Amino acid sequence: MSNIEDRVKKIVCEQLGAKEEDVTAQASFVDDLGADSLDTVNLVMALEEEFETEIPDEESEKLSTVQDAIDYINAHLG
Amino acid sequence: MSRRRVVVTGLGCISPLGNDVKSTWDGILAGKSGAAPIENFDTEKFATKFAAQVKNFDVANYIHPKEAKKMDGFIQYGYAAAIEAIRDSGIEATEADAHRIGLAIGAGIGGLDTIERNHSSLLKSGPRRVSPFFVPAAIINMIAGYLSIDYGFKGPNIAITTACTTGTHNIGYAARTIGYGDADVMVAGGAEMASTQLGIAGFGAARALSTRNDAPEQASRPWDKDRDGFVLGDGAGILVLEEYERAKARGATIYAEVTGFGMSGDAYHMTSPPEDGSGACASMRNAVADAGLNPTEIGYINAHGTSTPAGDIAETQAVKSLYGADADQVAISSTKSMIGHLLGAAGAVEAIFSILAIRDQVAPPTINLDNPGEGCDLDYVAKNARELTINHSLSNSFGFGGTNGTLIFSKV
Repeated sequence: MSNIEDRVKKIVCEQLGAKEEDVTAQASFVDDLGADSLDTVNLVMALEEEFETEIPDEESEKLSTVQDAIDYINAHLG
Repeated sequence: MSRRRVVVTGLGCISPLGNDVKSTWDGILAGKSGAAPIENFDTEKFATKFAAQVKNFDVANYIHPKEAKKMDGFIQYGYAAAIEAIRDSGIEATEADAHRIGLAIGAGIGGLDTIERNHSSLLKSGPRRVSPFFVPAAIINMIAGYLSIDYGFKGPNIAITTACTTGTHNIGYAARTIGYGDADVMVAGGAEMASTQLGIAGFGAARALSTRNDAPEQASRPWDKDRDGFVLGDGAGILVLEEYERAKARGATIYAEVTGFGMSGDAYHMTSPPEDGSGACASMRNAVADAGLNPTEIGYINAHGTSTPAGDIAETQAVKSLYGADADQVAISSTKSMIGHLLGAAGAVEAIFSILAIRDQVAPPTINLDNPGEGCDLDYVAKNARELTINHSLSNSFGFGGTNGTLIFSKV
């Protein structure tokens, strides 16, 4: 199994149609990767599916960068 | 009040016979059928196992895959057909005239496939698994919405939904919008992708579909004595309509003029027309009057002609009522014999055929018409396309709910 960082980045690429090289840890979903509000909701759904978890709305609203997502998954998984 | 003249300067289509106007029209004139067994789901339990679906459609040729994922198939078809039509016409929005360019593009049903998928997710995994794109991917006015966003068209933005009359009503409405002065250019038409499990099951349950599973290509046989229902088709048809002086001034290719538009309601039954075709006749009569023509000046009628037992007779009766003793003089054909019934896209794709019939002076055929059924005794251009003098063509659409529309196109 690939590590969490790679899996998160892969989901971000797929869901936002972003290029691999643009999906850095610091990249912001909205400002750097062109996501709108619906894209962000969809991205969170895809992360929930990949990691078989549920991210509450109040938590998902705080996820604005790739690193935020990686940190959240790391903190709440396993 | 005098009204401004409206002409057609761009055409685009995605159809069961091809993914552009040229390949579709070539297929029509060659009398090809676009019907084939359904392969996108298991049809074992379905009474009808075939449809006239779009083939080899690669959405990436038209739309970024990331965006395409947010669109139901009907939106993708409509968008792709519009790209062809807009390119064909050469129109472009500038800061000065963007608000004079509008859109009127509908669908009969809308995002059925998207609705089915999200409903399945809801039942299987709960409300949190319903996509945030579900609603914008499924609603009917999103073709007009996306095109407005991507091309910067800021004029009227509308999607009329009248079942199988959708395409015709959108084009007629768009022409009126230009004629009245609300816009100078309108991108108009319809799209559909209803060959899904629910679509085939629903029309099947209504006993509207042909069940000729052993010979899909022969299933759509308007006016033939062995017709047994329509063949569901997918696709889209888009026209660019433009105010005549504007089109002339910029040296646009003018295919034809929209000279007549008529509408009526049957006030009769949910899904069946009155036997005498009175609603259909009123729609044609209104269009002919709007165009200021005598019915005998119409060289070709592209019939609604769905291949249903009742509908084909009613339309024949309507033509007889309109023409009286001259009814056997007019060439009538149903291109649904080849592409099936595209529901909300039907009127738009058939408008394109009616326009090209004028350009090429040829009446498309009604294929599979081996033995005319009882009461079907007009000139249906059986089997083969026919060269013909056509100065004016008429296109009919009739929809569930008893909603009728007729367009007339004329040589410029």
